Amino acid sequence: MSTEQESRRFRVYRYKRGDGGERFDEFDVPVGAHTTVLDALRWIKQHEDPSLALRHSCLHASCGTCGMQVDGREALACVCSVQDHGAQITVEPLANLPVLTDLVVEMDGFFARFPHEHPIIRSSGSPAEGDDGEAHLEGDHEVALDLPSPVALHHHPHHDRHRAAPPAVDFVRLEDCIECGLCLSACPVAATSHDYVGPAALAAAERLLEEPRGVEREDVLAWASRPEGVWRCHVGFECTRACPADAIPAERIMALRRELMFGGPDDEESER
Amino acid sequence: MSATDELPGTAEREQPGPIRHKGPGPAESGWVDPRGRGHGGRALALHRVTGLVIVAYLYLHLGVLSMLLIGSSAWGSFLSLVTAKGFLALEVVLIAAVLFHGLNGIRVALVGSGLAVRRERAMFWAGTVIGTAAVIFAALHILGAL
Repeated sequence: MSTEQESRRFRVYRYKRGDGGERFDEFDVPVGAHTTVLDALRWIKQHEDPSLALRHSCLHASCGTCGMQVDGREALACVCSVQDHGAQITVEPLANLPVLTDLVVEMDGFFARFPHEHPIIRSSGSPAEGDDGEAHLEGDHEVALDLPSPVALHHHPHHDRHRAAPPAVDFVRLEDCIECGLCLSACPVAATSHDYVGPAALAAAERLLEEPRGVEREDVLAWASRPEGVWRCHVGFECTRACPADAIPAERIMALRRELMFGGPDDEESER
Repeated sequence: MSATDELPGTAEREQPGPIRHKGPGPAESGWVDPRGRGHGGRALALHRVTGLVIVAYLYLHLGVLSMLLIGSSAWGSFLSLVTAKGFLALEVVLIAAVLFHGLNGIRVALVGSGLAVRRERAMFWAGTVIGTAAVIFAALHILGAL
């Protein structure tokens, strides 16, 4: 019986600031039937090159931090099987976002696509002690507009990296989305237009039409119909194809357009 | 010089890193790259390319028509050139470009206005089948097989 270990050759994108620019390094990695790209990259880091930088956390496609391009296609490395790829696998960071180092991109570029007036950018509220000793939500967390964007929050004094975790009042989430940035990387329009707010921001806005939670529909539609909004999409559907969370951003962008043009959901579409 | 100034990359720390793009060149070429694209991305790229082909043909056509100003002899010799098999094959390519652009344009208009979004893939393949059949018919007709 043969005991020879199957292996794959990985071409891994490398970039370190002040280290001579971009390049690809190659590594032969032993793989098994269930090896993922993230497993292979961690093997490289452990056995071949400890300086390889990558970002990951949950290992089950929930946190959205290990997004990258595998053979030119966006994927979460933690659930991307090497068996779905050939003898040589090329791994690159996400496109359309600045590279910090190796496979790690600067996600500020993703959140900056959510302008501060995006209707979904809002406080999630924070528990505060009342006179009765029970926790209550502080403030009117239905107020959606004119709150700082995630980028602004990131640079908030309370978020100083030397301090403890930020207070809950600053938490911001994009519903139906794990904020991985794969859609922005896959979008052909985002590559050519830095003004385009991108699939994730538009999908989040459409989500508010389905479940407004106090947000005015007119505010959502006015925001989405700006020149850098829904009309920039060229119907490539690459964002929906890339999305690991089934947030169907392309379909949501089309739903926003329909709402803007005809003022209501299609009977067929509303059945989804 | 402080100790931190000697660390590799210290001077470049505040500079933005490179942005990876798909495509053979700068960011603007990203839509051309078919790597990892699905039918929608490839249709978008082909739609743009066929659009450029059709615009180029329009200007070429207007230029060719201006030969009529020179006289009948110039026009006659030009006609003998463009009725050669090679030029007729180019005409088939032009018809293919127009058909793809038109049929995909109908799909994009319907899907892009929020109508029949869930049928966009079916419309793509229906257009592909109809367009291919029409191009085959046109090729057989133009090249004289019919």
